[in-house]
Amino acid sequence: MFGVVRQKVSAGGSPLTILGQTLPFLRAVASPLRSYSSAAKEMTVRDALNSALDEEMSADPRVFLMGEEVGEYQGAYKISKGLLDKYGPDRVLDTPITEAGFTGIGVGAAYHGLKPVVEFMTFNFSMQAIDHIINSAAKSNYMSAGQLSVPIVFRGPNGAAAGVGAQHSQCYAAWYASCPGLKVLAPYSSEDARGLLKAAIRDPDPVVFLENELLYGESFPVSAEVLDSSFCLPIGKAKIEKEGKDVTITAFSKMVGLALQAADILAKEGINAEVINLRSIRPLDRATINASVRKTNRLVTVEEGFPQHGIGAEICTSVVEESFGYLDAPVERIAGADVPMPYAANLERTAVPQVEDIVRAAKRACYRSMPMAAAA
Amino acid sequence: MSAAFSSVRAIRRPGSFAGEKHSPPVASSKFASDFLGCAGRLPFGALSVSIRPRSARRRGLSSVVAVSDVVKEKKLKRSSSSSDLLITKEEGLELYEDMVLGRTFEDMCAQMYYRGKMFGFVHLYNGQEAVSTGFIKLLKQEDCVVSTYRDHVHALSKGVPARAVMSELFGKTTGCCRGQGGSMHMFSKEHNLLGGFAFIGEGIPIATGAAFTSKYRREVLKESDCDHVTVAFFGDGTCNNGQFYECLNMAALWKLPIVFVVENNLWAIGMSHLRATSDPQIWKKGPAFGMPGVHVDGMDVLKVREVAKEAIGRARRGEGPTLVECETYRFRGHSLADPDELRDPAEKARYAARDPIVALKKYILENNLASEAELKAIEKKIDEIMEDSVDFADASPLPPRSQLLENVFADPKGFGIGPDGRYRCEDPKFTEGTAHV
Repeated sequence: MFGVVRQKVSAGGSPLTILGQTLPFLRAVASPLRSYSSAAKEMTVRDALNSALDEEMSADPRVFLMGEEVGEYQGAYKISKGLLDKYGPDRVLDTPITEAGFTGIGVGAAYHGLKPVVEFMTFNFSMQAIDHIINSAAKSNYMSAGQLSVPIVFRGPNGAAAGVGAQHSQCYAAWYASCPGLKVLAPYSSEDARGLLKAAIRDPDPVVFLENELLYGESFPVSAEVLDSSFCLPIGKAKIEKEGKDVTITAFSKMVGLALQAADILAKEGINAEVINLRSIRPLDRATINASVRKTNRLVTVEEGFPQHGIGAEICTSVVEESFGYLDAPVERIAGADVPMPYAANLERTAVPQVEDIVRAAKRACYRSMPMAAAA
Repeated sequence: MSAAFSSVRAIRRPGSFAGEKHSPPVASSKFASDFLGCAGRLPFGALSVSIRPRSARRRGLSSVVAVSDVVKEKKLKRSSSSSDLLITKEEGLELYEDMVLGRTFEDMCAQMYYRGKMFGFVHLYNGQEAVSTGFIKLLKQEDCVVSTYRDHVHALSKGVPARAVMSELFGKTTGCCRGQGGSMHMFSKEHNLLGGFAFIGEGIPIATGAAFTSKYRREVLKESDCDHVTVAFFGDGTCNNGQFYECLNMAALWKLPIVFVVENNLWAIGMSHLRATSDPQIWKKGPAFGMPGVHVDGMDVLKVREVAKEAIGRARRGEGPTLVECETYRFRGHSLADPDELRDPAEKARYAARDPIVALKKYILENNLASEAELKAIEKKIDEIMEDSVDFADASPLPPRSQLLENVFADPKGFGIGPDGRYRCEDPKFTEGTAHV
């Protein structure tokens, strides 16, 4: 049974880690127990998103989905599978290829009380609509002094996939998170995906929901609480995926999985890392990050996007501003390479953070590493 | 001159509602010369002109404008110095008052700007009042208007009080957006004025979305009496922007209740429409997407009103969108910072002679709809409203510092925080299905 469960566990991270690290002796017993407990079910991120959309659309008739291929094609990544049959073409709209146009239409509908979910096939295409995301959606509540709120969700895959080239691989977390008036969320597990998407749809403000294509097929265990139709996660609160005391590693989206793997490796070397899944990029949960740094005194930030002006830069500044006295080592920042994403598979691997990079950085932060030159 | 204009005239002929206002030769060339303004000739090399006989009827072609015969008849009637009146006395006075309000307000804005009370970008609407009044006075409160940065008069026509608009321009906290929007961002939820957008073309998808909402409410939410129409105003320069075409496509595809109104004042800051557009006749772009395209004289409020009635009626009945091109002119520069050196004074003089307020006044007096005294009374009333709005704006307080961080979000903490301040998911009752969300 244990072996079967292990197989289903995704490469992105061990769901048993939470239980596992703190109570290693229970690990072997955990799985049979889990089948009787409420935490037996596994769900892919894709199903989590689909079920969240389904439930929100059935609960509120004002919610509708629009985007390219969301209807008859069942979603470019099959996230909206079955929704067209269930809700009809009035609520699941296949749009022409006009990001600027249909995003603006979504914002206009949101001004008037509907709750659109606008899907971008990838967030790279949102650049054609970014005027509406920022100028018409994010700024409107402010410009109209509270008269027009914009309860819209922009969702879609963000960041690098596999071998899709430079124009399909950019991470937009930093771009959107720098804009006041937007809420930016980045789920990792199925629980995150469900809870945050439901919260985003119910939220009266514009939310940018950054998914990850490579996570869609990954399974995570979900408890019965997560499967409840009113389950929501709070926007603006990070989750401590793994408690630790030696170094804090912050990450979001796919990088959480890598961070958890790195934490496993570090544990074998005696470094007990604390992994924080940011979940919410804007508003950033500075309180949780700073509390963690005050406990561990060392920080490694991990992100997939470009390094300059990225999420790691913001977290580093936040920690320097609020917890400088607690830092025992410089903040280590792991980010994607400062180049447009190359196509060749081996180059792509070097352009995106890998587990070894996180382990090395954590060791550097703990002053346990080889000199930098030798680490190249 | 005649050679140049005759070929231009031929272009206008096909399916032309362009020439609808007068009987052929005199009118067309007059129209042509007005349309070309002073900016010189059309670059004929760029257009493939085929001169067609004047009598050719173009109804069979799919590119022909499809506007109802009712409008055509009314226009023809009027052109032959009609005797039936298009408006009643009340309507006439209402139109007059609205246009005078718009004009006086904009003139007051200019004065206030030069006195330093207003700042930043201010774009004035002088000369274009017929378009705003002609369309907006036919709308209900629930109908939406989406505008551009030249939005003061659209706001006033839609019903936003002059005091609120003036305070907003002064940046005071009593403005319609509490001083946070400014000249270019007039929003009013109560009057369904959805902005006020600085980027050209930005308002068009928003308007299409508002029209989409109207249709959605009727068909999905089953509010069967929801027949709200949206009117989107934008300029000639915007008609070269991608979003315009994207929305013409989607509005026609989904038959949305929207009217796209082009306020073609021939100039985009200093760029003449003719220098920027391959085919300057914007109304033609409607039929290409499957909706009627109409050209109307935007300096005549009665003509605009007739076309507007038809277009708004179409939308309300669920027959889909219409593209209306109003040929109009702005008497002032693009904004108060624009020295306005590129426009030919002769062109300005020609359009000044077609001032819409003067024309309406003449119509009212000639047809004995009202007396000179009644019109003077209206002007006096507007002057008083102006004085009051300036005094009110002057006396209003500036926004307090605490207002800086307000209204960024409708729900600053994000969904998930319960009324008691704790996270909802920490409430043990949360997943019993009884959680109050």
